[in-house]
Amino acid sequence: MPKLQSVEELEALRTACRERRDPQRPCLTLCAGSGCTASGAHDVLRALRRAVERQGLQEAVEVKSTGCHGFCAKGPVMIVWPEGIFYNRVTPPDAADIVASISNGRRPVERLLYRDPVTGERVLREDEVPFYRRQRRILFANNGRIDPKQIEDYLRVGGYTALRRVLAALTPEQVVEGVKRSGLRGRGGAGFPTGVKWEVIRQQKATPKYIICNADEGDPGAFMDRSLLEGNPHSVLEGMMIGAYALGVGKGFIYVRAEYPLAVQHLRVAIAQAEEYGLLGDNILGSGLSFRVRLVQGAGAFVCGEETALIASVEGRVGEPQPRPPFPAEKGLWGKPTVINNVKTWASVPVIVNRGADWYTSIGTERSKGTMVFSLVGKINNTGLVEVPMGITLREMIYGIGGGIPNGNQLKAVQIGGPSGGCIPASLIDLPTDYEELTQAGSMMGSGGMVVMDETTCMVDVARYFMEFLEEESCGKCFPCRKGTQRLRQILTRISQGQGSEDDLQLLDDMSWMMRETSLCGLGQTAANPVLTTLRYFRDEYLAHVREKRCPAKVCRELITYSIEPTLCDGCHACVRVCTTDAILGEKKEAHTIDTGKCIKCGACLEVCQPQAVLVS
Amino acid sequence: MSETLNLDEFLRDWPERAENLIPVLQEIQAQFHYLPEPVLREAAQRLDVPLTEVFHVATFYNCFSLEPVGRHLVQICLGTACHVRGAPRVLDRLLRELNLGAPGTTRDYEFTVRTVRCVGCCGLAPVVRVNNTTHPHLTQTKVRSLLKKYGPEEKAPAAG
Repeated sequence: MPKLQSVEELEALRTACRERRDPQRPCLTLCAGSGCTASGAHDVLRALRRAVERQGLQEAVEVKSTGCHGFCAKGPVMIVWPEGIFYNRVTPPDAADIVASISNGRRPVERLLYRDPVTGERVLREDEVPFYRRQRRILFANNGRIDPKQIEDYLRVGGYTALRRVLAALTPEQVVEGVKRSGLRGRGGAGFPTGVKWEVIRQQKATPKYIICNADEGDPGAFMDRSLLEGNPHSVLEGMMIGAYALGVGKGFIYVRAEYPLAVQHLRVAIAQAEEYGLLGDNILGSGLSFRVRLVQGAGAFVCGEETALIASVEGRVGEPQPRPPFPAEKGLWGKPTVINNVKTWASVPVIVNRGADWYTSIGTERSKGTMVFSLVGKINNTGLVEVPMGITLREMIYGIGGGIPNGNQLKAVQIGGPSGGCIPASLIDLPTDYEELTQAGSMMGSGGMVVMDETTCMVDVARYFMEFLEEESCGKCFPCRKGTQRLRQILTRISQGQGSEDDLQLLDDMSWMMRETSLCGLGQTAANPVLTTLRYFRDEYLAHVREKRCPAKVCRELITYSIEPTLCDGCHACVRVCTTDAILGEKKEAHTIDTGKCIKCGACLEVCQPQAVLVS
Repeated sequence: MSETLNLDEFLRDWPERAENLIPVLQEIQAQFHYLPEPVLREAAQRLDVPLTEVFHVATFYNCFSLEPVGRHLVQICLGTACHVRGAPRVLDRLLRELNLGAPGTTRDYEFTVRTVRCVGCCGLAPVVRVNNTTHPHLTQTKVRSLLKKYGPEEKAPAAG
C-alpha cells in the first residue's frame, strides 16, 4: 500500500473503500470489547463464522467484530446491519438462528431482542432500547459499526475528514481559535478549557514541543477511555494529528495504563496502519506536517494520571509529581512545552472540526459544552457507558437511562469523579451534570465515573475504601498526603470497627482540610473529598458507628452478626457446604444455627440461602 | 531457570538510554513474570541508571514484582464498582481457599493472588482476571469452582 501523498489521494481512497462495500449487504457486528470478551464474545464470533460457512453465505454475509457498545451488562451484544437489529446476551448456540434469519426474510430472532423491563415488550433496534434512546452518542457513534483494526472502516464512516479539512483549508491559528470557541474542556477531570491550553503552547518559543494523550484512566469504575481506545483508536489519533498541526508538534505519545492490554493492542495496529498509509510520519498528505506517535505503557500507578507524574514516567522515572507552575504547557516532557489532553478530549477535536464550534456550543450548558461520557456502574440495573449532553440531571441518568436500582432497593448516593470526587446523596438527584454544579455540591465531574450506591452500601466503608486506595497509590513524596492518607485510613478503619469516638470525626475534618491546603498535587489535594462529602451528607451514619457502635447498612463486619431464622430455615444444608469455618450446625431437614464464635461473617451463607433465612443484624 | 540472562534480547528494541528503563523492565517482567535481581543489576549498568534508581522504579510501580510468581496469576479487581458489588468478600474467599493470609503466592507456586484497581470491566463487577482471561460476575460461592479450572496439571480437570 503506497503512502497517500495528498488530500486528493485520501479522498480517492475513501471513495474506493466505500464502493468496495455494498451498504445493503448484511453485516453482523459483534462487540468484542473487554467486557463482552469476558462474557464470551469470541466464542460467539467463532460460532457465527462457522454458521455462515455452513449455510454457504460467505459471500453474502459479513461478520465483523467491533469495539465496545457500552452496554456491558447485557453482553455479548451484536447488531445486524443494515436493519440495525440489536441482539443482547448472545451465546454460541444462537449463531445458527441468527444467520438463518438473514435468509428467512430478515425476521429477527425474538428471544435475543432486548426486552423493556417496564413494558415487557421486545424492541428491535439499538436506538429503541431505553438505555441508548436518551443518549447522544457523538464520540461513541461509531463504536458498534467499525472494526477498530481496519483503517478502511474508519475511512468509510468519514474518518480523517477533519484532518483533510485542517490541512487543506485552515491555518494553525484558525484551528486553535475553533477549539477555543467550541468551549471544549478537558475531559480528564479538571475541565480546563482546551483552547486556552493550546494557545499557551502556541505562544511558547522553546522547541521541540510534544503532545501527550493521557490514557491512564486510573479512576476505579471508569472505563470509557478503554472503550474508545479499543473501539475507535483512529478517532484519538486524528485528534492528535490535528493538534500536531495546530501547535507545531512533531512527536506525540499515548500513555496507556498496563491494565488495558486490548487497548494497547488496537492502538498498536492503528498506529501501524496510519504509518503505512502515510497519515503518520513525514510530510503527511503532502502538507509538510511531520508527526509520529509512540505508545508508552503505564506500569500500574494511579498517580501517573497526574500530568507531571505521567511525564516523569515517560522519562523513565518514578511517577512523582512536580509543583506547578511551571505547567507542562511551558515546561513539560524533558523540559519542553507539552500539551497533555485526555483520550476523550483528543477524540472531540475531529468532531468539532467537522461539525463546527457553533454546533458544539449548542449542546450542553452555559459553561459545560458538548457531551460527557459517564460510566454508570454499581447498584444499577443498566450498567455501562452513557454519552449524554452536559447538564442532564442525575435523576435522568439513574432512572431514565440506568433503569433504577436492582431488587427494588433505594438509591442512597452517587459517587462521581472517582477517588477525587465525592458522594452526592439521593436528595440532590436533580443536580445537573455540569462542572461547576458538581464542584459546588462537593463532588467533581472527574473523568466521568459514576458509581451508584443503595441502602446496602455503608458510607463510612466507602470513605475508608477510597482512603485505603489513595494511601496505597500516594507516591510518598509529600508529607501531608503520605501521612494524611495513612492516618485518615487508620481512623476510618477504627470507626468501622466500632472503636471510634466523636472526637475522631473532628479529627477527620481537620486533617482533610490540612491535606487539601498543603498537598503537592491533585491526588493529595482531593484525597479527602470522599471523607468530606460523606461527613457532610451522611453524618448520621458516622454517628451511628461512633455512638451506637452500629452499622446501619450492615456492612462493617465487626458490627454485624449473622443468624438463621428458625421459622424460615428448611434445613437444605446449602449453607453448611459453603461455610469454611464450620460455623453452621444442624441436621438436614432441621433448622440450622450459626455459632457466632466461629462465624467470620463472610456472607457466603446469605448468598446461597434460598428461603432467605439468613439474617444480618 | 537461568537468571544470568542476556539483556541484549530485551535491549534490541530500546536504545540504551535511561528513559527506556520502564519499557525494558516491562519486557523482562512479561517474559519472566518477575524481575530477578541479577537482571536489575545488569539493566542498571547497560542503561546507565544508578542501581538505587532501578530499584526505586521496580518497587514503585505495581506491575513489577521482585518475587517469582505462581503458574497462575489471579488478579482480583478492587475497583469501586467491584467493591460495592462485593469484591472484598470474593478476595477473602479466594485467600481462604488458597490458604493465604494476604495477597501473595501459594507455597507450591501454583497461584499468585494480587489485587488490582480497575481493569475497566466495571459493568461486570465483581471481576477476576486469571492469566489472560477475565471472569465476570464473581461471587464467593463461585470461587472454588473457578480455582478448580486452573488446578494442577497432574489432576484431571474438574467439571467447572
